[in-house]
Amino acid sequence: MHDIYNFVSGPLVWVSFIIFFGGSLYRLISMAVLARKKDVFVYEYMSLKFGLRSILHWIIPFGTVKWRKNPLFTIVTFTFHICIIFIPIFLSAHIILWKESWGISWWYISDTAADVLAIVVIASCIFFLVRRIVLPEVKYLTSISDYVILAIVAAPFITGFWTYHQWPGFKVMGIIHIVAGEIMLAAIPFTRLIHMIFFPFTRGYMGSEFGAIRHAKDW
Amino acid sequence: MAEPAIKRNDESYKIVDEGIDKGIARLSPEKIEQVINKVLAAETGARLKTYVETCVHCGLCSEACHYYLSHDNDPKFSPAGKVKQTIWEILKRKGKVDPEFIRDASRIASTECNLCRRCAMYCPFGIDIAYLMSVVRRLCHMLGVTQLYIQDTAHSHSATLNQMWVKEDEWIDTLFWQEEEAQDEISSLRIPIEKEGSEIFYSVIAPEPKFRAQLIYQAAVIMNAAGVDFTMPATPGWDNSDQCMFTGDYEMMGRLKKAHFETAMRLKVKRIVMGECGHAFRSVYDVGNRWLAWKMPPIPVTHAVEFYYELLKQGKIKIAKKYDKPVTFQDPCNIIRGKGLHEKARYVVEALCEEFIEMHPNREHNYCCCAGGGVINTGPQYKMKRIKGNRIKAEQLFATKTRGAKVIIAPCHNCHGGIEDILHHHGLDMELHFLGDIIYKVMEKPV
Amino acid sequence: MAMHNLNTWDWETGKKLVVDTTKWKDMFGWIEEPYASPDGERIAAVVKTGDMEFSVCENDTPWQNTFDKIWYLKFGSDNRLTALVSDMGAWTVAVDGVAWENTFDFVWNTKFGADGKNITVAAQKDMEYFAVTNDIPWETRFSDLSNLTISHDGKRVAGVVPTVMIKQGDIFQFQEGCYSAVVDGKPWDATFVNLWGLAFSHDSEHVAAEVRTSLYDYTIAVDGVLWDKVYTSVWMPQFSPANGSVTAPVRIAGKWTLAQDGKPFWDRSFAQLWHHMYSPDGKKIAAVVATKYGRWTIAVNGIPWSLTFGDLITDAVFSPDGNRIACIGKEDGKWTIAVDGRAWGEKYDMVWQPVFSPDNRKVAAKVERNGHYTTVIDGKPLKKSYKALWNPVFSPDSKKILIKGIEGDPDDGKYFRQVLPVTDITG
Ligand code: SF4
Ligand code: SF4
Ligand code: SF4
Repeated sequence: MHDIYNFVSGPLVWVSFIIFFGGSLYRLISMAVLARKKDVFVYEYMSLKFGLRSILHWIIPFGTVKWRKNPLFTIVTFTFHICIIFIPIFLSAHIILWKESWGISWWYISDTAADVLAIVVIASCIFFLVRRIVLPEVKYLTSISDYVILAIVAAPFITGFWTYHQWPGFKVMGIIHIVAGEIMLAAIPFTRLIHMIFFPFTRGYMGSEFGAIRHAKDW
Repeated sequence: MAEPAIKRNDESYKIVDEGIDKGIARLSPEKIEQVINKVLAAETGARLKTYVETCVHCGLCSEACHYYLSHDNDPKFSPAGKVKQTIWEILKRKGKVDPEFIRDASRIASTECNLCRRCAMYCPFGIDIAYLMSVVRRLCHMLGVTQLYIQDTAHSHSATLNQMWVKEDEWIDTLFWQEEEAQDEISSLRIPIEKEGSEIFYSVIAPEPKFRAQLIYQAAVIMNAAGVDFTMPATPGWDNSDQCMFTGDYEMMGRLKKAHFETAMRLKVKRIVMGECGHAFRSVYDVGNRWLAWKMPPIPVTHAVEFYYELLKQGKIKIAKKYDKPVTFQDPCNIIRGKGLHEKARYVVEALCEEFIEMHPNREHNYCCCAGGGVINTGPQYKMKRIKGNRIKAEQLFATKTRGAKVIIAPCHNCHGGIEDILHHHGLDMELHFLGDIIYKVMEKPV
Repeated sequence: MAMHNLNTWDWETGKKLVVDTTKWKDMFGWIEEPYASPDGERIAAVVKTGDMEFSVCENDTPWQNTFDKIWYLKFGSDNRLTALVSDMGAWTVAVDGVAWENTFDFVWNTKFGADGKNITVAAQKDMEYFAVTNDIPWETRFSDLSNLTISHDGKRVAGVVPTVMIKQGDIFQFQEGCYSAVVDGKPWDATFVNLWGLAFSHDSEHVAAEVRTSLYDYTIAVDGVLWDKVYTSVWMPQFSPANGSVTAPVRIAGKWTLAQDGKPFWDRSFAQLWHHMYSPDGKKIAAVVATKYGRWTIAVNGIPWSLTFGDLITDAVFSPDGNRIACIGKEDGKWTIAVDGRAWGEKYDMVWQPVFSPDNRKVAAKVERNGHYTTVIDGKPLKKSYKALWNPVFSPDSKKILIKGIEGDPDDGKYFRQVLPVTDITG
């Protein structure tokens, strides 16, 4: 058990980070090279100013007509996305690990706060799940992979929550938690979770075409 | 769990289109696979890939689409739903799809999407569904599957470099005829033909000389009254329209735009001013020119709305008496989402009319008329489909009418076609005009 | 433009008032834009001489004949003036005021051979289409005629015509090919889906055409015979003056290159390549190319200039000896002239096709800024501006230049023909 723990919290962490960073970089670079070859427009019409203008509107809650029209979704999706980035970085338990291995640490949130936020993430995942099942326009687009991805994202939080509360089998769950986190990281470059990496580029490009060429808003 | 990708739309199945039927009959699965993979490999790349891989299947784009809204939120008509039924399947099956799949793909891409780009403002990632639907159209073109009417138009473009089979002499003769007619009203009026070195080349779409010659008359009156130094060519290249852009025949699109811009260069004009047409603007401004490697139009193009704005702002046209019926304004996608002319359009409308009532939504968020993107050009068989596909427009217009609007101003030919059918079908008693119609009515005219 | 009669023109240095065009205003109620003859001796405009009665005023006298409608004034290089005229709805060509005997339901698209002797128009009568050269119509008639093209000497005429009855709206018939090229009234045997630009060989014996043989296959046909290779697109072909081979820009895998007789010719490809042209001796080919998306330049024998323009390049021309090239370039909305890869320093609101001196040394062009026109030689402007101006012409010895223009104040509206030593401009 201890060996397994050491393995997943040691080399496997490295592996997952390497896959995440390396994979993302690889995806970005290969896409950039492909675009250079086949989609010159992307380079020719990309505008920093108008790209950022559009991105900014879309990353501000209620910054676009679409966000304003679906307030519940907007609140959930923003909280969810903020939490899944925020919690792993500012969780005290994670920071202790950083400190143990690298001697670095930073500000962290209280365990109670983390607990609440984890519930928020899990609730959001349930919201997304229900949405996928209930809303016809989402259900129509949904394939098994969408559930798998949702599970990949939810897993680290559910297992983390479980472990933290020391529910039965929490030791095993702790290991599963680490693995789940690693799977999620590693999955980003190679699943639709890549949307996290590609968002600035797709939105930025549309924002540039709308803003710089067509003198219109795209939000 | 997962919905099957293809749900056949029974209603549209009754539509008989020889262009599609014969095209499909000539296909074999092998040919389809070969053509699809060849075209995808040669012509698509990072954009297609990124769009497909980034889409999180969230459905947020759905409510952007008038087809979706008008079909009681039927997901088959949602933007991403159309991509699912076409591009996703094609990629998943690596091009191994059957002829009936192509029939559906053509129906979806060419008659159930106006390429209006409204959904790009509702998808958080800005995924360009219009681009993806254009890719499908391109595939259908390469497979020889296009609706008969629009294909005939594409043929006209190729043979005459205009959309309506207008012969060279008929075009010139129409200009003479309209000049003469207008001289009855303003004796000094002139439509200068081939006047090299003019400030402006006034370009129109072929349906003007063919069916709506009075628009040339009105434009001539406006130009003459405003003292504009303009000319019109006596050669092919006068037509700015482009259905080849919509069928996916990009090689012809390029040829048409080349002829158009080279006509402007030959005439030594400073810019092209074009009539009230949405799709033609798209074609000359940021689609056709790009195929030719002109990053921006080599000779600047000014859409009529912007041109009228200039004339009014500079006082070149004076208003004798404002138009007194309450008006509303249809923001055409291709010049609003396509060029941001909404505020200028409002300036013009307010300068001309006593009372202006906004429809909602408006500006960039206005609903497409459901005629654009070549959809109206697919032929009369598809008329009911357009009308049903845009119930939301009827509701939008009805609400505006309830608030007092009696007249719709739509500075786009396709919008006219689309809205006319909608008004007629729903018995919505509203008048429909171009801006030019109103200017012509209310302006001070020389004698 | 071959000006075979350049030597017969008046090359005496000096300025001559040809006519004061303001006087026209007293004579006529309706005056259209003026046209000057190549030699500058005459200036003409369509004028109204009475109710629904038009004429052409040349210098200070209108033609004796009047017409209901006149348009398309054009001087030939032999200084004859043509117009398309209608009398009671019957259209024809008037040359120096004298109408051809044949009349038609419509005529348009006047074309001249290099020496100006042969004049051709497209004509329509009873809904049938054909060409007319020097008042002699083709015997064969067609249901349409487009892309009217004449040989260098103007003796032969080609066009694109439908050769079968086209059923309206029959897209499948169309795709089988309904069009052909016609030369002097005789169509080729083969039919194609489309034909566009036609080119005559220099001996006027052969015609090449850009054709589409299906919705997807483009190639070149020479005298009706197709190249054995197809492309995804092609542009206008040209015959080599040296050996009669045919070259055309062709699109392969999304890039453009030059092909000769169906085989690759240039070894590099471009984002765009069009308007290729041969030097007079046929040894060089230059073309307008986009080296990359949105950057335009001239490539000579496949090698592009390093100077590029963002908006466009047009009106390229070889010097008589074929060693130099000048063209129009536009960047950020401003126009200029580029010669041998170097741009003139000044930018203008508009520039016209540059002209080489016969000794190849100088380049002149008409330019416009803020509505004022002037002539520039090698980047140095004539220090005088005009309300209207025509392209300059160098004298055969290249020492003088002919300026034709209507002046502004103090000689407002006066049309002058002036011969200047080139050094007056270049210093
Ligand atoms: S019609 Fe407009 S909103 Fe609907 S899918 Fe097409 S581009 Fe998007
Ligand atoms: S909104 Fe964008 S990401 Fe969501 S389903 Fe539509 S296209 Fe895909
Ligand atoms: S016709 Fe008008 S509203 Fe419809 S797509 Fe074109 S511009 Fe848009």
